Amino acid sequence: MAERLLDVKDLSTQFFTHAGIVKAVNGVSFTLDRNETIGIVGESGSGKTVAALSLMRLIPDPPGKVVEGSLMLGERNLRTISDDEMRAVRGNDIAMIFQDPMTSLNPVMKIGKQIAEAITLHQDKSKREAWKMAIDLLARVGIPDAPKRVDQYPFEFSGGMRQRAMIAMAISCNPDILIADEPTTALDVTIQAQIIDVVREMQAQFSSGVILITHDLGVIAEIADKVMVMYGGRTVEYGPVDEIFYNAHHPYTWGLLASLPRLDASEKERLTPIKGQPPNLITLPDGCPFTVRCPYRRPECRDDWPELEIVGAAHGVHCWVPVEERQGLRVQLPHFKESVI
Amino acid sequence: MPDWDEEKQAERDVYGTEVTQVETVDARRGGEFVDEEIETSAKPLGLWADTWRRLRRNKLALVGLGIIIAFMIVGSVETVFYQAHWHVRVSASTRPEDPGYLAPYDPNQVDYGLTPQGIGSPPSWKHPFGTDFLGRDVLSRTLIATRIAMLVGIIAVAIALTMGLLLGPISGYYGGAIDSVIMRIADIFFAFPYILFVLLIMSVLGQGFQNVFIAIGVLGWATFARIVRGQILSVKTMEYVEAARAQGASDLRIIFRHVLPNSMAPVYVAVAMAIGGAIATEAALSYLGIGVQPPNSSWGLMISDSVQYLAAGNWWWLLFPSLALIATVFGFISFGNGLRDATDPKLKE
Repeated sequence: MAERLLDVKDLSTQFFTHAGIVKAVNGVSFTLDRNETIGIVGESGSGKTVAALSLMRLIPDPPGKVVEGSLMLGERNLRTISDDEMRAVRGNDIAMIFQDPMTSLNPVMKIGKQIAEAITLHQDKSKREAWKMAIDLLARVGIPDAPKRVDQYPFEFSGGMRQRAMIAMAISCNPDILIADEPTTALDVTIQAQIIDVVREMQAQFSSGVILITHDLGVIAEIADKVMVMYGGRTVEYGPVDEIFYNAHHPYTWGLLASLPRLDASEKERLTPIKGQPPNLITLPDGCPFTVRCPYRRPECRDDWPELEIVGAAHGVHCWVPVEERQGLRVQLPHFKESVI
Repeated sequence: MPDWDEEKQAERDVYGTEVTQVETVDARRGGEFVDEEIETSAKPLGLWADTWRRLRRNKLALVGLGIIIAFMIVGSVETVFYQAHWHVRVSASTRPEDPGYLAPYDPNQVDYGLTPQGIGSPPSWKHPFGTDFLGRDVLSRTLIATRIAMLVGIIAVAIALTMGLLLGPISGYYGGAIDSVIMRIADIFFAFPYILFVLLIMSVLGQGFQNVFIAIGVLGWATFARIVRGQILSVKTMEYVEAARAQGASDLRIIFRHVLPNSMAPVYVAVAMAIGGAIATEAALSYLGIGVQPPNSSWGLMISDSVQYLAAGNWWWLLFPSLALIATVFGFISFGNGLRDATDPKLKE
């Protein structure tokens, strides 16, 4: 049995704004083991990033607040430990890679200095030792000529190199958990592949657990072990990556998969969108947030949130459509008719 | 061996060629950066090098910079030599006509070429700026006054800047009640007529030129605090600030290592402008008689003295200190202006 790193139960995060209470995350649960990668997918505003920031306790308060749930990092509950303890957790036990490498490095600080700062914050190292470690880390994430590069400023780095530097900074203290918040969204496709490789390589070297937040299902397919599909702040489906791709049970997951561009499609074929708008998080229904956009909605969908239904090995779904009916609906979808994904 | 290496191997098997292998290895090692590696040998310009390159094209700013440097040299040379030099000379009662370091005469020595009417002599070869109503050499006094002007400018602005850089970041970073309190106090400082406020502080502290520093400095903090706060409001939402927090950096470290250094560009400009302003304010205070006290020399004081004698036709001892004052203030302001243009990304060509 792999070592359990993180156990999140019923995480709910809300923002108390003038317009009303924004229910950004509603009762999300997941676990993360050592050497495991969990992908969190969903469209913008589905609560992916807020869930991750809640883990780091980086939700700006006010207006945000984690209102419910337990966030167990080993034996510690991240919701109840003191601010000082939390600061020691950040960067040391849980590190984060941000979306846009162009803006997530301090422009007036040398790359080496930024990495060294991350090291000296958590380890008892002299500045010189930290600097040496920074050079070593930069080389490990695949930056050529690291001893020279370490002495440069972020503006002298390209986007891909900055993201590598961010990864170097994140792994500098050998964190158990690495949260990558859309690490490839701001990069072009070839660089994306390299960055994904670096993340995977670092995970292998440091045997961390990785939480990968993305809306790129291609990235998920490539590196995730299990997937959590979020919509309107709720987990709608949760399961091993193959189950999600080949045996999805939730209509929203179907929609996501169907909306992917396909290599075998003709030039004139349009993408298949999920019709409708993302939900307003202030006026969410008590039931399934996907109700209004769901082609298979039923009377009970709107007012009651369905219990978790186990549909396969470690594969759960929240949906009112009866399981037998779902099987029938799924095989009618073009996406599942052919085996190509 | 992780499975993705096998994938790579599979790719190689498919394409099979030597070239593909090299490409794959290159991509993994960040090979595409090798090209940039060559480009970086032409090192990109840093902020200051870039600023200087653009500043150089601005003639007015260069003139300003030249004036500043000239007056700085005059001020510091006189500061170093003033006391040692003149006091020794005076006490040894050497001939006052001996040329000194920069000031040709002892600025406090009286009775150089008084006319029979007792109003000082007009500019001549011996006294290029003429002499004043006590027969003191106006050139020497103008040069000596540079020291006070520069000291006031620099020290007063240093006081204001220190206060502004402490209160501004706290205000901007924490926001909320603490921000409101600090900014409302700043508003109060802005609401008072400036000279009146300085007069008020001077009357509380008493006369004397250390108090001029303090009065002007204490009044200036609000400007810097506001500029810094505004900058910090925008910088603190940057992703690298959140990244620093995600690394476990403390608030103080975030403010002073990450946020503040990224908020400084407009502050440098404001400093250049403020020094000019502080020098003008010192002149105004001395003119009003509550700044630098006689027999010390200050441009404001000299202007004030001269005005009473203007009717007698002694234009020279109004003109020269005024020119010095105008030149200095102009120097700082035009340099500040140039600096602003040079650091403003919106004006980049």
